[in-house]
Amino acid sequence: MKITPERVAAVAKLARLTFTAEELTRFAAQIGDILAYMDMLNSLDTTGVEPLYSPAGLAGPTGATRPDQARQANSRSETLANAPATDGEFFLVPRVV
Amino acid sequence: MGRYETVIGLEVHAQLATQSKLFCSCSNRFGDEPNVNVCAVCSGMPGVLPVLNEKAVEYACKMAMAIDCAINERSIFARKNYFYPDLPKGYQISQFETPLAERGKVRITVGAAEKVIGVTRIHLEDDAGKLIHSPAENVSRVDLNRSGTPLIEIVSEPDLRGAEEAVAYLKELRAILVYLGICDGNMEEGSFRCDANVSLRPAGQEQFGTRAELKNMNSFRHVQKAIEYEVARQADLLDDGEQVIQETRLYDADKGVTVSMRGKEQAHDYRYFPDPDLPPIVVAKEKLAALRAGLPELPRAKRERFVADCGIPAQDALVLTQEKELADYFEAALAAGADPKKAANWIMTEFLRELNQAGLAPGAAKMTPEKLAALIKLIDSGAISGKIGKQIFPDLFTSGDDPGAYVAAKGLAQISDASALEAAVDAALAESQAEVAAFKGGKTKLMGFFVGLVMKKTKGQANPGLVNELLAKKLG
Repeated sequence: MKITPERVAAVAKLARLTFTAEELTRFAAQIGDILAYMDMLNSLDTTGVEPLYSPAGLAGPTGATRPDQARQANSRSETLANAPATDGEFFLVPRVV
Repeated sequence: MGRYETVIGLEVHAQLATQSKLFCSCSNRFGDEPNVNVCAVCSGMPGVLPVLNEKAVEYACKMAMAIDCAINERSIFARKNYFYPDLPKGYQISQFETPLAERGKVRITVGAAEKVIGVTRIHLEDDAGKLIHSPAENVSRVDLNRSGTPLIEIVSEPDLRGAEEAVAYLKELRAILVYLGICDGNMEEGSFRCDANVSLRPAGQEQFGTRAELKNMNSFRHVQKAIEYEVARQADLLDDGEQVIQETRLYDADKGVTVSMRGKEQAHDYRYFPDPDLPPIVVAKEKLAALRAGLPELPRAKRERFVADCGIPAQDALVLTQEKELADYFEAALAAGADPKKAANWIMTEFLRELNQAGLAPGAAKMTPEKLAALIKLIDSGAISGKIGKQIFPDLFTSGDDPGAYVAAKGLAQISDASALEAAVDAALAESQAEVAAFKGGKTKLMGFFVGLVMKKTKGQANPGLVNELLAKKLG
């Protein structure tokens, strides 16, 4: 797959990142190289092989869930301790609407 | 409007009534102080590992069974990526390629017609936090108590052909969820939410028109109004030769209109990919069998039983079964000896009216099913008239008094003693000489007038049958 600077710009926008034109060109080339490596993996014949979506799946179905029991992990002040902005009850963020 | 056919598909989000969240042990309680049920997992700290809540899977499977979905042997979680301040992880954990269950059906009743609505899929996902916007300040407040709470999304096929069908489908789904005990069904608090995809196509055309997605409808009435508005709006556009734009529109309940929601989600590019932190969901066959064996009686079965066993009309059975608590109330009244048809009538008229006025759930009414049964028996036995029963109902409902004791204390018992009534009948006839003469001259319709007069004199307590009998004798 050919990755263009425009494509990088679109992904950057979704990730709320801003790049210079020089960076867009450089990243397009780098991402293209990474995807070329994926193409190499794709050349292997995996017919009949179940996809492994997650290494966690190797643990098997048992023990993959937890019982439905609630407990309090943190106090509110602990939860808000690292917030850049808070009023003591909520996280504060720039107004979004 | 006959030139266009309305096509609607619904996406329903139901909040599962578990104790804890979907991937962490924080409480799933509604209405707590902000940000008290938050941990490293549901606040999106780096390096944490989500662990799936077993009960949430069971609840989702129960819903799948209740609407005849096929449950996939293995289903996987996927990340749906987008940035918004109510989503601290930067992605929602949902299911994409392989959902928990697929291909279900919901039978609905609209008027006299029955219809089967296809269900595309049911999947598990976690909810986002809550944002509170202050008009006065330049900030939004974030409460993460809801972040990570368990939802099932139920996606219908585009099988619905109008607002009425959409509402009937939603009511049925909600009733099933509540009967299963897996969701409280509260639309105002957002534990049962719906988005509607609405499009029009020229009658007879197979291909779907361009759809708009409607959001922000938090009552059945809103759903009805929003769809009706949207259908009219799209019909106007098409009539004028204009295009419907594929977009998300918010329902404004105050103005009764749908408004285009620009920005946030217009460019849908969620870049789904399988979540590497979570193993596939695999539910053992034995567990599925146990869940299936434990399914309760569902609304439709109860409705059919009410019609078959109690002889009440299908429409009444529909009203009585839509809320599980109301159905339970009805059954408890029957168990206390009330006649089914009479109990159904009292519940659907007087009881529901008082209940709605008081804003109570059926189970919270001071007038218990046993007391309603007692009231019905007082009328059946002739101890009081039906009219008095209706008059004293609001009082009994509010006070929770025993109907028998109340009637005795207020001296409302029906006068069924001929000698006691005779005086009232004589007095009534004595003061209406002209009418008596007219009656004897052939105006037999005046009988009603005499009965009314006697009733007035006895404050409605006279036994109407006996009054008729006495009058007939005296005028004959």
